[in-house]
Amino acid sequence: MSGRGLKTLSTATVIVLMAGFAMVFLWVPMDADQGFKQKIFYLHVPLAIVALVGFVAGGVEGYRHLRSGDRRHDVNSYVFIHISVVFGVAVLVTGAIWAKASWGHWWVWDEPTLVSFLIVFLLYSTYYPFRYAIEDRDRQARYASVFAITAGAFVPLNFMAVRMAESIIHPRVFATSEGGLPDSMLLAFTVCLVGTGLLWITLVKIELVGKRVSGQVSRLRRALHDDGTGGGSVGGRIAPSVEAG
Amino acid sequence: MTPSRSAFAVLLAKDLRTELRTMRSLPAMILFAVTTFIIFRYGLDRTTLSGSLAGGVLWTTLLFAGILGINRVFVSELEEGGFDAIRLAPVDRTVLFASKASALFIYFAVLEAIIVPVFAMFFLPDWSALIPLTLLLAGANLGFAVLGTLISSMAVNSRARDLLVPLLLLPLVVPLMIAVTAASAGLFDAAGPDYEGFGTWLLVVGLYDGVFLLVGYAVFDFLLED
Repeated sequence: MSGRGLKTLSTATVIVLMAGFAMVFLWVPMDADQGFKQKIFYLHVPLAIVALVGFVAGGVEGYRHLRSGDRRHDVNSYVFIHISVVFGVAVLVTGAIWAKASWGHWWVWDEPTLVSFLIVFLLYSTYYPFRYAIEDRDRQARYASVFAITAGAFVPLNFMAVRMAESIIHPRVFATSEGGLPDSMLLAFTVCLVGTGLLWITLVKIELVGKRVSGQVSRLRRALHDDGTGGGSVGGRIAPSVEAG
Repeated sequence: MTPSRSAFAVLLAKDLRTELRTMRSLPAMILFAVTTFIIFRYGLDRTTLSGSLAGGVLWTTLLFAGILGINRVFVSELEEGGFDAIRLAPVDRTVLFASKASALFIYFAVLEAIIVPVFAMFFLPDWSALIPLTLLLAGANLGFAVLGTLISSMAVNSRARDLLVPLLLLPLVVPLMIAVTAASAGLFDAAGPDYEGFGTWLLVVGLYDGVFLLVGYAVFDFLLED
């Protein structure tokens, strides 16, 4: 993966996201129940969906890494999970804001989706200390992949268990008794979802390019000062870097 | 007996014999659990418990006591070279996973055989819930054992083993805890055991066990490679 196409991708992301938000604020009708505060739905829900898909994709990349032994899949898995954790913070913050606006509390325990998401988020937050605690690079990559697969399998189970345990009062925006989302809302939501997905892909790509570059730099530095000490920093390496292939 | 099965029997017998001789895990788990009951008695300021409170106290205590055992389950293999031995032996490496999970399952069963009666003596006015509770305990033990083995084998090779096991394990067992506490809340009902939803929750426990058995079976090989 290289930096090519990054410019196009970023432009497309900005355009789609702008279009989505323009539709949300200028065109889509106000929600009958919740009014203006329902608009956060177009930010919160796409972020959550993209983050969860990213977590599961990280698991798939972990699986591919174990199958093939190719380090690039491990790096992909790491970056997917990393960007999804960042999105996860945004999901929790927007979720809390929405809960405060709708129900008057920052945190609502009987709301299964928010609680499940918090559990998933906490689990994936342990990915960093776990990865960091293993020194051997190959073992680190393998164990991180095992973590990604285990956690990926955990995501749907967790959502099921939490949902079963709670009374379902989460705003059912898609399936209300009146028959679901009006067409205009659905369209705006789809555009926002696509835009958020593109944003995720762009950030992943930037991160991967950054890793590749820093990998090349440290390799060049090693070649320059080839005094047998290895050059680049040894400690503090949470993140995997891409060796040039 | 196939080679795998005899290797499994040998490994499991070795673990149980080591535990019998050294008593490294079980006594600590039991003491920890009893002390935790006392802390709950004063923390909650109750002398009897029923419903979801009883379930919560029992399962929280078992979970934390279990983590003590899970923390230690691979330590001796690391220190005494058991990992290298299993890598050299011409048997399927999943045998180690199966034997460790079985050992943990047995530790938990022994722990519960002692701790659950103590819990009943301390807090329960009515003991009729204990028989259906064994079903839940068996299901939960399987889940804890499988996941504990997986997490412990991941964490044992890291620098922060004691920190990582609870950190990784707690979020992963949340669904299991939801299922068992919800099921036992009915069992511990003040008006006698109430079986509403018990079967469904038992199914959830079974599904959870099944998923992580499969995951553990699929990935454990990679944790032993070197």
